[in-house]
Amino acid sequence: MTDAPLISLYQELILEHYRNPRNKGELAEHTAEAHVANPICGDQVTVWIRLDGDRIEEITFDGDGCAISQASVSMMTVLVKGRDRSEAIGLADLFTDMMHGSEEASSDRSLGDLRALQGVSKFPVRIRCALLAFDALRDVLGSGLEADPTGG
Amino acid sequence: MPATSSRLDQTALRAQFPTLAQEVGGYPLVYLDNAATSQKPRYVLDVLAAYYEHDNANVHRGIHELSRRATVAFEDARAKLANFIGAADSAELVWTRGTTEAINLVAGSWGQDNLGEGDEILLSSLEHHSNIVPWQLVASRTGARLRYIEMDEQGRLILDDLSELLTERTRMVAISHISNALGTVNPVREIVEQAKKVGALVLVDGAQAVPHRRVDVQELGCDFYAFSGHKMCGPTGSGALWARRSLLESMPPYQGGGEMIRNVGREESTWAEIPHKFEAGTPNIAGAIALGAAADFLDEVGFDAIAEHERELLGYALERLDDLGGVRVYGPTDLNERSGVISFTMGDAHPHDISTILDSKGIAIRAGHHCAQLVMHHFDISATARASFYLYNSRDDVDRLVEGLASVKEIFGPA
Repeated sequence: MTDAPLISLYQELILEHYRNPRNKGELAEHTAEAHVANPICGDQVTVWIRLDGDRIEEITFDGDGCAISQASVSMMTVLVKGRDRSEAIGLADLFTDMMHGSEEASSDRSLGDLRALQGVSKFPVRIRCALLAFDALRDVLGSGLEADPTGG
Repeated sequence: MPATSSRLDQTALRAQFPTLAQEVGGYPLVYLDNAATSQKPRYVLDVLAAYYEHDNANVHRGIHELSRRATVAFEDARAKLANFIGAADSAELVWTRGTTEAINLVAGSWGQDNLGEGDEILLSSLEHHSNIVPWQLVASRTGARLRYIEMDEQGRLILDDLSELLTERTRMVAISHISNALGTVNPVREIVEQAKKVGALVLVDGAQAVPHRRVDVQELGCDFYAFSGHKMCGPTGSGALWARRSLLESMPPYQGGGEMIRNVGREESTWAEIPHKFEAGTPNIAGAIALGAAADFLDEVGFDAIAEHERELLGYALERLDDLGGVRVYGPTDLNERSGVISFTMGDAHPHDISTILDSKGIAIRAGHHCAQLVMHHFDISATARASFYLYNSRDDVDRLVEGLASVKEIFGPA
């Protein structure tokens, strides 16, 4: 018997991205790369981008870790590809808000597949896993913008 | 369903551990993270509280009644622990914060004084980081080299080429008694015998052994033995280093401060007798006394019964995991060569995901590299899930673990 929060945590869409990650592998012609790791659990994510002006023309990743961290980075690359830097940062903030329990953020359709991860917010020790993708994105965009830790 | 078929009265025993009587996520707690730290029995908690409520004072300093009581209890606990691990002399037991500090003490004091360019320290790839990093630190300061005994596909040390690894340059062999990551029980006596032939000293990391079996440092023949209190029903921040008297006497102090001196002058000082020479500052008095109580508790239960019980649980768990299928268990297949630690992976379900699924059912295990990244590299994995048993675990706990893992299979699909 598997209870509801678990079913929500490990939705089919998450496992599907975990097993068939999109945009995986080093981007040969990249303009920036960033590596982030969660030292507590060992999850690793490297992200490569090619910017055309302010626009993310290409984004790929490589990584090793749990289903949550690897699915979220796969979904993140799909979401931000083709978008402007400021748009991408806005989505990073929105996702961070959703992880911190914001109802408004989790009902916002602009997060696409990443909305499947809203169940993670019920598992406080796993929120870091889901946020790793966006730590890498913020790093690679060199935004220097920190997410508001209160989620407000 | 019988709780257990071994000699321990599981119901009575569990009732003595307050933390075990709680629900997590609506389920009765199943605690299987004992290799990380054990739960504490009421008896130990009472001794801890009684010290602070009645006898609290600094040791070896005051002339007053409370200081006398605290000192007597503190030194009684030392004698108890020395006896507990078969030491000949309680002055050979130095209190530390735990195994890590005990190893750092040896590396920092003995190592700094005795190692030089080209000297060799022999470790194994099975070691916990706490028996690797202190040696790396002293090696980088002294020019000593690190060498490693490798392990086979079952995580057992390969001793065939030990005679080649041990050279006239080998000054120290530092080895775990039992692996925290795989549960492998190492043939310490054989290693000691061979090390002695080249005149090397042997340090044994006993963090995973002392809680689970009768350890006799004289029988092992080693020179240093390090262990922690918190894995053996004692408080965190308690532990000890045992070392031969002659070694402790020849070693320089590890830290300077009060308690460890005989006389202090402007330029120079002289040191107190062992073991106090290595105990600068106010020690963890309450922790040491409560660790003495933990040793009494374990003696009362009896190591024969504990070892038999854990072995029975291990056998039962391995059988049930085999029946469940899709679980890859690491470590020796022969139960005589392993302790109650089961390190495993399940297909593409990451150990952290396994741990989250189990946690949501009230089952606590460890997931990660277990501070043994060399072990993970050996098996070409980044992490394992680890269930580890102690005297209070039951067959019911194993059944709950297996049910939880069935959910992992349900969510992640068959491996």
